[in-house]
Amino acid sequence: MAEPGPAPHLRTYLQIASLWIRAAWQYPTSFVLLAVGNGLITGLDFVGLWIMFAHLEDLDGFTLPEVALLYGSASLALAVADTAIGSVERIGTYIRTGRLDQMMTKPVPLLLQVCADQFTLRRLGRLTQASIVFGWACTYVDWTPTRVLVAVSMLVSGGLVFFGLFVGFSCVQFWTTDATEFANAFTYGGATITQYPLTIFPREVLVGLTFVIPIAFVNWYPCLFLLGRADPAGMPEAFQLASPVAGVLTMAAALLVWRSGVRHYTSTGS
Amino acid sequence: MSAMSATSARGPLIDVRDLERTFDVRRRVEGRRRRVRDSVLAVHDLTFSIDAGEMVGYIGPNGAGKSTTIKMLTGILVPTGGQVRVAGLDPSRDRVELARRIGVVFGQRSTLWWDLPLRDSFELLQKMYRISRARYRDNLERFVDLLDLGDQLDTPVRQLSLGQRMRGDITAALLHDPEVLYLDEPTIGLDVVSKGRLREFLRALNDERGTTLVLTTHDLQDIEALCDRVIVIDHGTSVYDGSLTGLHAEGGSSRTLVVDLVDEAPPILVPGATVRRVDGPRQWLSFPADASAAPIVAAVAASYDVADLSIQEPDIEDVIRELYSRPEGRPPADQR
Repeated sequence: MAEPGPAPHLRTYLQIASLWIRAAWQYPTSFVLLAVGNGLITGLDFVGLWIMFAHLEDLDGFTLPEVALLYGSASLALAVADTAIGSVERIGTYIRTGRLDQMMTKPVPLLLQVCADQFTLRRLGRLTQASIVFGWACTYVDWTPTRVLVAVSMLVSGGLVFFGLFVGFSCVQFWTTDATEFANAFTYGGATITQYPLTIFPREVLVGLTFVIPIAFVNWYPCLFLLGRADPAGMPEAFQLASPVAGVLTMAAALLVWRSGVRHYTSTGS
Repeated sequence: MSAMSATSARGPLIDVRDLERTFDVRRRVEGRRRRVRDSVLAVHDLTFSIDAGEMVGYIGPNGAGKSTTIKMLTGILVPTGGQVRVAGLDPSRDRVELARRIGVVFGQRSTLWWDLPLRDSFELLQKMYRISRARYRDNLERFVDLLDLGDQLDTPVRQLSLGQRMRGDITAALLHDPEVLYLDEPTIGLDVVSKGRLREFLRALNDERGTTLVLTTHDLQDIEALCDRVIVIDHGTSVYDGSLTGLHAEGGSSRTLVVDLVDEAPPILVPGATVRRVDGPRQWLSFPADASAAPIVAAVAASYDVADLSIQEPDIEDVIRELYSRPEGRPPADQR
């Protein structure tokens, strides 16, 4: 049988996801409460920024709408990745409970099954909140066709970078089964850092977020382009258009780590 | 069934040669700050092959390497040495492709969606395995009928009994007509009636569809009811591979002749049998399992006043215990 293309995989993903949504609907009240709670908690994040700006004129030269653009784009990329594949961070639990073993005996790529498993629309709370902030910030951008293109590529590449980070760091759990927090430090932690203009941090942070964990490409560099600002840190201007490269590289690296993790997998007793 | 005859033409369906799997285990040692790394041989020097259509019991004590072997056969674990082929495929490399051709039931874990009716889980599997609508309908109807699941199809899985859930899991593993079905402790926790029904079903499956069965179990009645062949594994390697009858001979097992005499008597003396126990007029004589009972019965009847006679078949559990305790079955202690 020929190796199927991505379309059947996507279909399988949606089929698994929809079964989980139906399962969640068996408890509708809990479903709604969790979704609303999720939206409120992430919403408080931005309220925090708002309050800060009530006391400040600007943050290292960035106005509130500009910071909102940084915040909104990073949150949106994270929310998309989290909604689509957030379950991957639970892989340690799947290993411990033997669920991963069962997935490995199904004729569907393991990563797809892990990502689709326990799919929950609850995460739409974060997605909605991020979209609203991003949409509001966009009204302050001076749009040109190139900037529209960069904005779209920023969101797609940002999603890819977070996909890669989620998958890559979750793989640590193949070696030590309880490292969810370790992964979170880089994904959610990274997303929190990028809500602020990166120049407020020591230069080493910016360098690390550029070359080691390329979260700066999720929003910082492309947003500088959208805002038409010179890079205050003096990094090469090409970086502002390099997000897709960062996205693809992160994803590719993550898939390599994933494959090696699966081969290292030692399962559990019984 | 054309796929199956194709594989049997090329050789056995399952072919395992010199299979080995080691695990790294970290261990605390007193007086040392760092944990010591040890390599443990879970499976070693394991060789066997299984033809299409066989029903094989794969048995051994806890920690003997049963699950590790099954995980290598299904592609979950990558062997650290030796070779496995299932249906001509390398399980760990061709795992996804192999998955279409095998069915796996882990007795203690369900693949079913807890909160949804059985039917929903089955329909997702139909899509995952890309089973044609017609074949899916046929199979579902058949298994539901055979396993008596009709009334439960629309009940959420969490409301099913253990036996019903297990039957649901077995149906789930069979919808795509696998060539091999691996069952890990399928009857664990089931009541006698459910066990009997499940065994009947598995036998029929093998008869009618030629599905190869590999069964790991602690329940030796499963083996006696289903398996023509037994592979016994201990300390990571096979210590017996052959028929159930052969296992009795191998394990030096014996049958017992229970003699009820009319009166109490000193221990009976007949050639070919020895008295194990005396309790009033009743005596227990044991003789080799492969020897005929007739001459012994005749000898006893000729010299004693016998009220009643009965023969007890050997207990397979004793036989296996005997095999396990043999020193030559074990690898040298320092083998790493």
